[in-house]
Order: sequence, then C-alpha cells, then structure tokens
Amino acid sequence: MKAYAYYPGCSLESLGKSYHLSTLEVATKLGMEFAELEDWNCCGATAYFPVDELLSYTLSARNLAIAEKTGLTDFVAPCSACFKNAYTTNKYLNSDPDLADHINFALEADNLHVQGTMHVRHLIEVLLEDAGLETIKSQVSHPLNDLHVAPYYGCQLVRPRKLDENVESPHYFEDLLSALGASPVEFESRTRCCGGSLIITNRAAALDMVKILLQDATNSHAQIIATTCPMCNVNLEVYQNQVNREFGTNYSIPVVYFTQLMGSAFGCSPKSLGISKEIIPKALAKSQMEVIRK
Amino acid sequence: MAVEYSFSKEIGDMMYASHKNPITECLQCGTCSGTCPAIEFMDHSPRKIIGMIKANLKEEVLSSNTYWSCASCYHCTVRCPAGIDITEMMYALKRYSMWKGQFKPGLIGPDFSESFVKMIVNSGRSYEPILAATYLPKYSASAIIQEAITASGLVLGGKMSLFPKKIKRIKNLQNAVRRILPLGDVS
Repeated sequence: MKAYAYYPGCSLESLGKSYHLSTLEVATKLGMEFAELEDWNCCGATAYFPVDELLSYTLSARNLAIAEKTGLTDFVAPCSACFKNAYTTNKYLNSDPDLADHINFALEADNLHVQGTMHVRHLIEVLLEDAGLETIKSQVSHPLNDLHVAPYYGCQLVRPRKLDENVESPHYFEDLLSALGASPVEFESRTRCCGGSLIITNRAAALDMVKILLQDATNSHAQIIATTCPMCNVNLEVYQNQVNREFGTNYSIPVVYFTQLMGSAFGCSPKSLGISKEIIPKALAKSQMEVIRK
Repeated sequence: MAVEYSFSKEIGDMMYASHKNPITECLQCGTCSGTCPAIEFMDHSPRKIIGMIKANLKEEVLSSNTYWSCASCYHCTVRCPAGIDITEMMYALKRYSMWKGQFKPGLIGPDFSESFVKMIVNSGRSYEPILAATYLPKYSASAIIQEAITASGLVLGGKMSLFPKKIKRIKNLQNAVRRILPLGDVS
C-alpha cells in the first residue's frame, strides 16, 4: 500500500467535511494510505498574497517541510487552492535558491527546513495517475446509471500551470466520470471561475459568476455538478439559494464532490461519504441522494 | 539625486517570486479583458489597468477596484500572449495598496486579507466565524440577514464547527512569521 502525505486544508475540517470523509474512503478502496500531516497550517488560499509575498510562500512551505520530514515523497491536496499554493511554492523553492534561503531562515524558528523535494499533486491527479482508470473501474460495483454530471474543474486545479498540461480543454475529469458509469455532459464553463473568495469580498460579482455556472449546467442538462474543490463546492451549493433570491431564478442542482460520486459507485454507504452532511439547501440534499442512488 | 522610479517598476518590484514578469511588454491586445469573468464589476478592465500602470497613472490605478475584484482564477495569466502573469500583477497591486494604505473606500478585500493573516498568526488555521466578524459590519442589513440564514443552516447541518482549531506549534509559527513581518503583540 503506497503512502501519501495528505494535506486536507482548513475547509475539509469544516465546510468540506464530506470531501475529507469521501476522500479517505475512496483512497482506502484504491489501496492508498493517506497519512495526514502533523500540525499543518492554513495555506492562505488567496488571502496571504495581498499582504506579503514571502509570508505566503513561507506558510505554504511550512507544510511542505513537515511533509518532507515524514520521508514520504508524494504530497496530496484535495483543495484546489491548497494544491496551487503548495505547487507554486514547491516550484519556486526549486527555481529560486535566494527565495528558498529566506523561507528557510523563517522556518528555522519552527525547527524546520524545506528543500522542495515533494511531488505535489491535486487529489484527482493522484487518483487518476497512481491508481489509474482501470483500477478505478474494477472497483465500481454500483455504476452511476448514466447520471448526467457536469464536471466542474474550476480554476486553480488547472491554472496557472501551462507547461505539461492542457489548461484550455482538459478531459481527465470526464474520463473519470465515464469510468464510474456516469455520462459527463458538455459543460462549457467547466474551467470558468466560481468567484472564489469574492463571495465574501465582492458578493455581487461572485453571485453573478455562480449564476453563470448554474445556468450553464442547466443548459447542458446536468442532473448534478461534481466539484474538485471545497471553495467551488461551497459557492455553488451553499450560495445557490442566494443566487435564486438575487436573480429570481429557480436553480435546484445538487452539488457533490467527485469523491462522493466515486464512493457511491464503489458501493460505499452515503453516510461514510458524508452525503448526509449536505444540508444546504435541504431540498438539494434530498435530490442529491435520489439522483445518485436512483 | 533620488531616482524617480516608474510605477511599472514599482509594481514589478512587488513581484519577487515571479520576477521578470514583463508587464511593460503588454501589447494592449485585450485577451485578458476578454477572458476575465469579473470584468463587469471592475472600474477599469485588466487591459486598461496595465495601460494605466505603463502610463504612470498611479493615483487612478490605486483608487480603482479592479485588482480587488480579481478572483485569482489565472485565466488571463495562461492566455496572455506577452507572457505576463496578470493575476500575480493584481496581487502585486493589492500588496502595493496595502503597503501604502491607499484604496478605494468601501472595499472589503483589504480588511478581509488583513483579518485573515491575523487569524492565521493567532491560530494557524482558518475559521469562518472569526472572519465573518470582520466583514459583516461592512455588509448592508439585508446582506447580513442573507448571511445569517446561510450560516445558521451550516451550523445546524453540522457543516460548520462552533469552535476554532489551534495548531500545536503556534508559538513557533509566530516566531517564523516574526522573521518576515513585524508582528507586535499577538496572543
């Protein structure tokens, strides 16, 4: 059983608890051991960068340093913002020795030293690249019956990387959904932004961005939206009612984490996947269950 | 004689990690503006703001909401034909305006970022209710009610914890941060 340094991130302790539960459930099914980092700290999402650049990279590097200490080689983050911050920090640690020196000077205060040796990936990449589609398929005991799913990649899972990756039209999420027996819909907005933290700092802008996604999912006849990030999930799910109140719309699209769909297809109980924890809006939670388990 | 730096150099200097970020190479093609999902809510488009930086229009740039409306989706960054990391430039503008203490009145972004960093320095982890206390006073009464409805649903549904978490080595983390920023007294 291969072990991974698992960095859940703050959201998975609260709003994204069901993502945490379903991630661990799915990893176990696929023979992967996710060892949670000890005493990890918040990656800062998008909120450290406006204050200080070195602070942002140092706080992300602290998590990488803790991961390196475990002797494991792979760093896995289920949240796209956590992933992007760890990934870019790791990249700069390798390309900029001067920045690495500054970071290590600060980390010395916590008896840590970072080298930038971790292989940093998002959860969906780890599952697809290391377990692989064939193994995933072999675990499917309850195929998703052509469930029409909108695969929502969001932003920071696919960007800003540009070297080895198709950032404009990725298809691995669709491949994964097909392997589970679902039917991924043509979702034009799949890499369009959900608004991220604008939901707090510029509510009008974020609700507008969420509305565009919900409308596009509706137009593509999606029965459900699958996400790869707790921030996307919260904006699309929790704020769906506010969008309806703001725009006089009537969206009622269940939103789930992709790991919850995987777990459902693997035959895990809804409770073990945190499906009972989807509570906003109530009607959605109910339809979410019905849609997946129909 | 003191050297007068151009605004584009000042902003360039705020981007240490993405140095060589070539904002002066902007072609004004507008790909960034055509890509931006938040453009409708910006005083000036990303294309225009880069033009304004190059034209040294510092006051006009600093009094706009453009960079505080950036959601950091990096779509402009990956599409820019001149190779400019525009999202990083928006962060640099945020840092510059935080540093100068100069921004358009009524924005929530600067307070939010500052409170977020303070929260992390105090506990090491993010906790939504602490953050809410910092931005709710700036919301309208109806927006506060909307937020209360959402939040109570979250707590009752077990999605949100009622207690903040603190990491074990928070003192060490604070000492690490002290090597970067002057912290003053933190509890």
